[in-house]
Amino acid sequence: MALLEVKDLRVRFSSDDGIVKAVDGVNFSIDRGQTLGIVGESGSGKSVTCLSIMGLARGGKVSGEALFQGNDLLKMHGDEIRQIRGKQIAMIFQDPLSSLHPFYKVGSQIAEMILAHEKTSKKDARDRAIELLRLVGIPRAERRVNDYPHQFSGGMRQRAMIAMALALDPAVLIADEPTTALDVTVQAQVMDLIERLQDEFGTAIIIVTHDLGVVADMADDVLVMYGGKPVEVADRRTAYYGPHHPYTWGLLQSIPSAGAEHTGEQLRPIKGLPPSLINLPTGCSFHPRCPYVMDVCKKEEPQLLPAAATGNGTHLSACHLSFDEKQRIWQQEVAPTR
Amino acid sequence: MLRYIVRRLLWVVVLLFAISILSFMMFFLLPGDPAAQAVPKGATPETLALIRHRMGLDLPVYKQYLNFLHGPDLIGAGHASGVLNWPPNLGWSFRNQEPVLNTILDRLPVTASLTIGAAFFWLLIGIPIGVQAALRPRSLRDRAAMGFALFGVSVPVFLVGIGLLYIFYFKLGWAPAPKYVPFGQNPLQWANQLLLAWITIAVGTAALYTRMVRGNMLEVAGEDYVRTARAKGLTERRVIIKHILRSSLTPVVTMLGLDIGVLLGGAIVTERVFGLPGVGATTVQAIFDNDLPVIQGVVLFAAFFVVMFNLAVDIFYAVLDPRVRYS
Repeated sequence: MALLEVKDLRVRFSSDDGIVKAVDGVNFSIDRGQTLGIVGESGSGKSVTCLSIMGLARGGKVSGEALFQGNDLLKMHGDEIRQIRGKQIAMIFQDPLSSLHPFYKVGSQIAEMILAHEKTSKKDARDRAIELLRLVGIPRAERRVNDYPHQFSGGMRQRAMIAMALALDPAVLIADEPTTALDVTVQAQVMDLIERLQDEFGTAIIIVTHDLGVVADMADDVLVMYGGKPVEVADRRTAYYGPHHPYTWGLLQSIPSAGAEHTGEQLRPIKGLPPSLINLPTGCSFHPRCPYVMDVCKKEEPQLLPAAATGNGTHLSACHLSFDEKQRIWQQEVAPTR
Repeated sequence: MLRYIVRRLLWVVVLLFAISILSFMMFFLLPGDPAAQAVPKGATPETLALIRHRMGLDLPVYKQYLNFLHGPDLIGAGHASGVLNWPPNLGWSFRNQEPVLNTILDRLPVTASLTIGAAFFWLLIGIPIGVQAALRPRSLRDRAAMGFALFGVSVPVFLVGIGLLYIFYFKLGWAPAPKYVPFGQNPLQWANQLLLAWITIAVGTAALYTRMVRGNMLEVAGEDYVRTARAKGLTERRVIIKHILRSSLTPVVTMLGLDIGVLLGGAIVTERVFGLPGVGATTVQAIFDNDLPVIQGVVLFAAFFVVMFNLAVDIFYAVLDPRVRYS
């Protein structure tokens, strides 16, 4: 039995303009010590997926199953789910400045979480908070524990959030764009920290990001989402060295390369904009932006199917291109430019 | 924090200075000759000229202003004439034949009683309704709350006052005939007499607070740190009280300080409706009587209170919001 298994997750929101299909049929599973990278543009549904697992998708109609150690999180309410949050499944968010309450000291916000789940004294909780801050590499933790969030730098704030998330040794950590708001060098530090903590505590980690580069080191598996739907599922090796979806190709090509100023290379973004989740394009949601679009793509939605006839069926791709065509395009057109 | 306070204090000095100039200008801009008011009717021009000289009205303007701030006894009132002297001279009312300061201080307990009681009620009514409305937006209770707010903001104060008097005093006979009883004399009666007046003011002000609390809470509820609080597994109760309310009520404290400061200058309409001898009623009377010194004195007095309460509120805000303190 997997630690966390999500089956056919769908989340809809009603709005004045229509029904927003934020998440439309996501499946994944994750085990202890593993890392799953959920990759996609803004509006692809990756954040809503994670929020709805925790029961934090306010106003959304959620269907499907999210089995945590066999129990369906989506059917839990009130105290039941509250006890899971923070203690078993913890979450950190993109902007640590706005994600921490500006009026309370960082130390007390960490202690608050500990006290919400465990019967310890305030002093013990505070001591633990100091310990955690040290663990994530914040210097002079015993002083910093009394500081307010705005007195921390961006990277340190995110470390503090990580400390808070791991305070109760959760089984799963969901990191929603943890490095997006940080400088590149700090990004690397924070990712290193997350990796180190995973090694130490064996936490299962779900990293949500729009940047394939961020999870290149850590992810065991990658789930690529577009327009609320999963378009490719692969293990790390396949995701970076043999993907089979035009969107994933686009994502890989759009990663800026380090020596670009010497070769005069230009950025290669995916042209077009993310689709409206109320009025998705017909057929394949990606077809308006796909450089390899065919007629069938506009009419029929591609199913998420195993990419190869052989193999263990763990590489899935939702695209009408044939296996051979995908292979050819990847090897001849995309891989050399990546 | 210290730098913040010092900066604010300096600004207060500038403000008070500006207010003193404006108040002083009133003397020249409003019709009526101060000297003419000081003498009985039918005085000769020579007497007028003499009085004018004694009052220093023939001095150049800037000298008159300096006397206004800090100067010798000009009109034989028995004490110095400046606002910065001690006791501060807010003017001499010829009508009442007493220093304006005394007039105001006599009336201040009434206005202060009115203010404190009203504040208590508007907080008691306004905040819970606003909170309840925000907890269930677009529900029936929310719409009812906003309806109440709309009513409270729209209905004129005198209408509420007269309406309450009509119902509770005239028709039902529950409220006593309006008459001010000092707190020291009989606290129960003091409250009894003022109750309707308190509610009159509270209705209008509570409406504003209801809207503000509701608006703040709805805004704060969408903030990232509230999402984090829930993700931490805190109880909903704790999220609402410690996270949402803590942020939402901070601006309310600011508003409260300002409202009290303004009210201490006199709730003119309410005092008139209920016949309370407060600072506001005095001001109205002074306007009818063309008693310029009293008008001027009250303006100065009220402005001073507003400025000082502003300062207090700003400092208190720094206590509540650490970002202000450490920037």
